[in-house]
Amino acid sequence: MNEQYLNVFLEEAKEHILSLNQDLLELEASPEGYVVDEIFRSAHTLKGMSGTMGFNKISQITHEMENLLQEIRSGNITITPEIIDTLLEATDVLESFVNTIAETGEEGKQDIKSILNKLKRSDLTYISNEQNDTQLQEHHGFNEYEERLINQALEKQLCVWKIIIKLQKECLLKSARAFLVFKTLENFGDIIKTEPPVQDIEDEKFDSEFTLFIVTSENRENIKVALESISELESIVIEPVNKVEGDEKKQINRETKTDDNSSNSQHFNKTMKMTKTIRVDINRLDKLMNLVSELIIIKTRLEGLNQDSDIQKKREALEYLERITSSLHDAVMKVRMVPIENVFNRFPRVVHDLSRDLSKDISLTIEGAETELDRTIIDEIGDPLIHLIRNAADHGIESPEERIQNGKPEKGNIKLKAYHDGNNVVIEVGDDGKGIDVEKIKEKALQNGLLDESKQTNLKQSELLSFLFEPGFSTKGQVTGVSGRGVGLDVVKTKIESLGGNIEIKTAKNVGTTFTIKLPLTLAIIQALMVMVGDEKYAIPLDAIKETVIISVSDIKKVQHNEIILLRGNVIPIVRLYNVLDIEKTSSDLESLTLVIVKKGDRDVGLAVDNLIGQQEIVIKSLGDYLKNIKFIAGATILGDGKVALILDTNALI
Amino acid sequence: MTQEVNQFVEFKLGDEVYGVNILQVKTIERMMPITRVPKTPPFVEGVINLRGEIVPVIDLKKRFDLPHTETTENTRIIIVTVEDITVGMIVDSATEVIQLSKDDIEPAPDMAGGIDSSFLDGVGKLDDKLIILLNMSKILKPQELDQLSHI
Repeated sequence: MNEQYLNVFLEEAKEHILSLNQDLLELEASPEGYVVDEIFRSAHTLKGMSGTMGFNKISQITHEMENLLQEIRSGNITITPEIIDTLLEATDVLESFVNTIAETGEEGKQDIKSILNKLKRSDLTYISNEQNDTQLQEHHGFNEYEERLINQALEKQLCVWKIIIKLQKECLLKSARAFLVFKTLENFGDIIKTEPPVQDIEDEKFDSEFTLFIVTSENRENIKVALESISELESIVIEPVNKVEGDEKKQINRETKTDDNSSNSQHFNKTMKMTKTIRVDINRLDKLMNLVSELIIIKTRLEGLNQDSDIQKKREALEYLERITSSLHDAVMKVRMVPIENVFNRFPRVVHDLSRDLSKDISLTIEGAETELDRTIIDEIGDPLIHLIRNAADHGIESPEERIQNGKPEKGNIKLKAYHDGNNVVIEVGDDGKGIDVEKIKEKALQNGLLDESKQTNLKQSELLSFLFEPGFSTKGQVTGVSGRGVGLDVVKTKIESLGGNIEIKTAKNVGTTFTIKLPLTLAIIQALMVMVGDEKYAIPLDAIKETVIISVSDIKKVQHNEIILLRGNVIPIVRLYNVLDIEKTSSDLESLTLVIVKKGDRDVGLAVDNLIGQQEIVIKSLGDYLKNIKFIAGATILGDGKVALILDTNALI
Repeated sequence: MTQEVNQFVEFKLGDEVYGVNILQVKTIERMMPITRVPKTPPFVEGVINLRGEIVPVIDLKKRFDLPHTETTENTRIIIVTVEDITVGMIVDSATEVIQLSKDDIEPAPDMAGGIDSSFLDGVGKLDDKLIILLNMSKILKPQELDQLSHI
């Protein structure tokens, strides 16, 4: 097997399987369209690719899909939901094979008989080959040696074909013709048996028909094509020979062979290193190359400047360097950016299957699929989004009857929207279902002891909704296969927060619910405001800052032991950072106080600091495993002087 | 591969001599500026910049409730890695690498050098010296960190 081509095969196979899924759904929606051709092409290409790589099971399945699609194309079969289902199932089987190949390098032991039968049975003109085979095997009585050969070949994932050649009646030199057939087939594999025996064929002791059994890795199509080039052949019938049921001795042989195969795949596992790849726009790479060359040029220039060079030259060079590194950072980020379409494209299939499973009519609209995200986020955001979609389908969208009763269109809608907002990416998952019953949440929260009887009247809708993110919380009475176990939303929230983002819910009874996810675009490098608290330096991410303001101490008002300030008519609570961070108060009581106003959603808080140092670009570094989850600290950064400064987690301070 | 002879980095806290298994020691650094981290137990001094990597540093004397002494020229930070966790430990001096065979090591008595025996892997004898051998996994238990930081 060609290891170096395996990566390419997997990438392209996955793409084709994706196309198959999308196209099959489109075919279901509009059966008279031309998308059948697209599907045929995908199946055909997959067949070729897998044949080249020696993946015979995929080859066989795609071949049968081709046959079925051909019948559809020529109008012999009309498309029914069952046929679409069968094709979708076949696509799923292909996908599982591709996954197995990705993990082990081989197709694995999964049996394909049932899916092959389904594909064939769908086409009513095909007779089930399996039945034929057992009959034939009974008739042909392979001797022990031949049986063993056949079984060994099948174990090794090779094909055993039974080829029945019928020569034209007018054919004069029968044995010569037969010889040509043999010669052709010997290119593909080993002929293990013929009927009548070879000698009889050479002596022309047959009527017009003879049969041979060949062991090969070639598929049926290629053999057929090769044989078709031989003239004076009336008909060529090629059938697969399946495993011959043997006695115990052969069982043992087979078992030892199986062990060999599995140990082979394990060995392959260790030697194979699959690297993840992304597709990158060549223009972006070119830009990156250019910037790196500029960087080298500026480096040389700086080397040339020595102590005597005037300050102006140095300053210019450094400014230029700054521009280049900034552009370089942008360019690298752009290379890692991938359109969210890559994640969104699996969802139509998910919604399709959900509609079936839940007996609801649900459509999916997608907006902003071209919005780009960092590659690492793309990998992580898929599962949370699927969970939200399943929730929307299961809990949100009502059954068709309910919807009609409530004066809604029978078809429910789930909407996925993605767009950029400042330095963030926003993803909305909305449905036009029945909305979240806030009363039920209150009940469940009281039940679970998350809420105190006394406090229940004062909570706002947003606070009640945040209970949904508590582990184990679910207001659904029963657990379905789709959702209801209460393990989902807290995992979703954790995952999103681990990516540096946040998630909010908005809901309206009978109108629908929308989950809004906000994720940062750049993960590791941010703009920050450096501040002094006491004699310690801290960094506050610029994203979170609304403004900075200097107020007079006399303007500070007290409300129930909390300090607040009135800023343009808004009440802003004050947080004294030296308290929160356990720092000794060094500055004496001054008349003015420096506040950094930070925001979280629609809430603002003023952080009291001693001094503003300035704005700076910083690289976020983790505090490491030993100091995980320190309250109020989001990470650390290394300053120009080599010292460490801590980055404040403004979310925790609000 | 188990060795009959183990190597230890010998260091001092106050007047007592301690040892830590050399397989767990990454480097030994001179004292450098430490950035304090709020909301951590008192023995966590803070974090340092170790060639671009952020490493937390603990004061072993504080950890073991030993009396405080001033930092000197000889003060060192021993960087250890245990089960994927990298931490620096401030010690008064780090002198040499010693070899101890299994026979030289005895189980630790309950309060050796004033330290809870669960932190110890035993006591080693070299010439006339008694070396208190530390069990780094116990000392660096992060779960404990969680509890302690809520005090």
